Amino acid sequence: MNRLEELFQRKKERVLNVYCTAGYPQLDSTIKVMKALQDNGADLIELGMPYSDPLADGPVIQASGSKALENGMSIDVLFQQLKDFRKEIYVPVILMGYMNPVLQFGFEKFCQYCADAPIDGLILPDLPEHEFETEYGEIIQRYGLDFIFLVTPETSEERIKKLDSLSRGFLYAVSSSSITGSDKDFSPVETYLERLQKMNLKNPILVGFGIKDKHTFGMACSHANGAIIGTAYIKALENTTDIERTTKIFLDSILK
Amino acid sequence: MINITTPLNKGTYKQPNIFGYYGNFGGAYIPEMLHRNVEELRTRYLEIMYDDAFQKEFKDLLHDYVGRPTPLYLAKRLSKLHNTNIYLKREDLNHTGAHKINNTVGQILLALKLGKKRIIAETGAGQHGVATATVCALKGIECVVYMGSKDIERQAPNVARMKMLGAKVVPATSGSQTLKDATNEAIRAWINDPLDTHYIIGSVVGPHPYPDMVARFQSIISEETRWQLKEKTGTELPTHVMACVGGGSNAAGMFYHYLDELSVQLVAVEAAGHGVNSGMSAATTQLGKPGILHGSKSLVMQTEDGQVVEPHSISAGLDYPGVGPLHAHLYESGRGTFLSATDDESLKAAFELAKLEGIIPALESAHALAALHQMKFKQSDVVVVCLSGRGDKDLATYMKAMDIKE
Repeated sequence: MNRLEELFQRKKERVLNVYCTAGYPQLDSTIKVMKALQDNGADLIELGMPYSDPLADGPVIQASGSKALENGMSIDVLFQQLKDFRKEIYVPVILMGYMNPVLQFGFEKFCQYCADAPIDGLILPDLPEHEFETEYGEIIQRYGLDFIFLVTPETSEERIKKLDSLSRGFLYAVSSSSITGSDKDFSPVETYLERLQKMNLKNPILVGFGIKDKHTFGMACSHANGAIIGTAYIKALENTTDIERTTKIFLDSILK
Repeated sequence: MINITTPLNKGTYKQPNIFGYYGNFGGAYIPEMLHRNVEELRTRYLEIMYDDAFQKEFKDLLHDYVGRPTPLYLAKRLSKLHNTNIYLKREDLNHTGAHKINNTVGQILLALKLGKKRIIAETGAGQHGVATATVCALKGIECVVYMGSKDIERQAPNVARMKMLGAKVVPATSGSQTLKDATNEAIRAWINDPLDTHYIIGSVVGPHPYPDMVARFQSIISEETRWQLKEKTGTELPTHVMACVGGGSNAAGMFYHYLDELSVQLVAVEAAGHGVNSGMSAATTQLGKPGILHGSKSLVMQTEDGQVVEPHSISAGLDYPGVGPLHAHLYESGRGTFLSATDDESLKAAFELAKLEGIIPALESAHALAALHQMKFKQSDVVVVCLSGRGDKDLATYMKAMDIKE
């Protein structure tokens, strides 16, 4: 049983996935940030691979990516940092990034390095389901990696079923039509999440985009297995001198 | 299962396969948040744009509003210089001063058919922004144009035009603050407001069906060229057609009805900036590798790590680190000849055309003219160069170049 499967078997509610950018705020803070997240209650970590042109991200996450790139982060450097990370990090870790850097690294080599690390799953939001089915899915599966698709309030029921059938680990429910970090009103999302809940999907559902505090986390969790926080945590890290303390305060404010 | 890299359109370079691939390039690499919009376009664009009523309105507007057909002009003194026959396809004489309006007229009609209430667009030199603002004013629809902060500075007259036409111009402050970042911002704006908004992409880039749709709207350029050339020379087929390429929309339009005429040499001219290997260049086919940018797989200028690099060109319209997938395919298959012209060569070509023919070209078009000097023509050759736009917007750059010379 892999780590994601094990997590969702053990914990069916209030699963907290926190996004952090590799190489942010400092090049060598990747593991430190992940450790702090794990130690303070994150169930799952989504580690972002910085990209110069991140289409689905808002200004805060994009800026953290630019900073990480300035710091010298690359997929190569990231895998060096992840060499012994399982000595300290036992929660599931998924990598999130965009197709272009992965293609340049070499798609199969990338999956192999993920499996070796070991990383548990992948989110590549600009890898379309058609390309997944015809070209990349088979490679991802060969290396035992889970692949997580996104669904949105605009995704048709038929397509949600299809993306659920292709996904493994969990299904990422984007809370509203927006980029990350948007301030849209959360309430219309509830109907959509209820609709998802009633569909009896194969995968657990984590809600992302717009989850920033205890209140929004609670709302998301009342209609799904858990939620994903990104922008709010990156903001918290922005000017910190003490990653552990900042992370503790941040996660306490959500979980306690 | 269909192999996505196998063209379904065997024997033609014109159309991508049903997944938007021209050979190895194209597709729709978009986040799920855009899926519904792009899918709506993909399933409806051909049916809408080839509907008789749509075609009539499109053609009427091109004729009465844009001012088409644009002349095909035999540039005698320029021809003499190159000892051949050079025709200029005068897209600079279109309303708003460039070929960009052909596409925006088409896309605004399409957006209205799709029931959209708001338009967003990206722009580099500002020509596409002005063309979009124009058609939005024409149809009374809200318009927001994303433009790199750097481009806002260097293309001030076009910014003023867009504002006068009622568009909101939003500066893109991320990354290199040029066209690539304006495109990112526009795509994100679309993600944030997908239902009522149509994104008018200005070049043959972006996720399928944009490259095909924009090429079809721009194909009026080569459609006219064929009958105009027949009238003037007795044959529809020139020996060469030439055009500048940033994303490549004027080139796609100039090449379109010649793509499958293998006797016609297609010459695409990229911006070499300070020189292809100077580190300050936008010559994508020379410097790029296969990659994914703005929703399609094509050739992209990037670092070894796959980070998109900042291109450089004196012309804001060519300052783009990618190229449309059709052009990547023409390059890879050898169907197209890809040349490049430096900033200096292009400036020189602009002054040359001004003095020889009394036409001040856009800096973008000047790249295509500069490449004439790299070609060897026979006296009997018939060369058509797409003069994609006029140079009014570039006067500040031209004045600076004159100061240096004087």
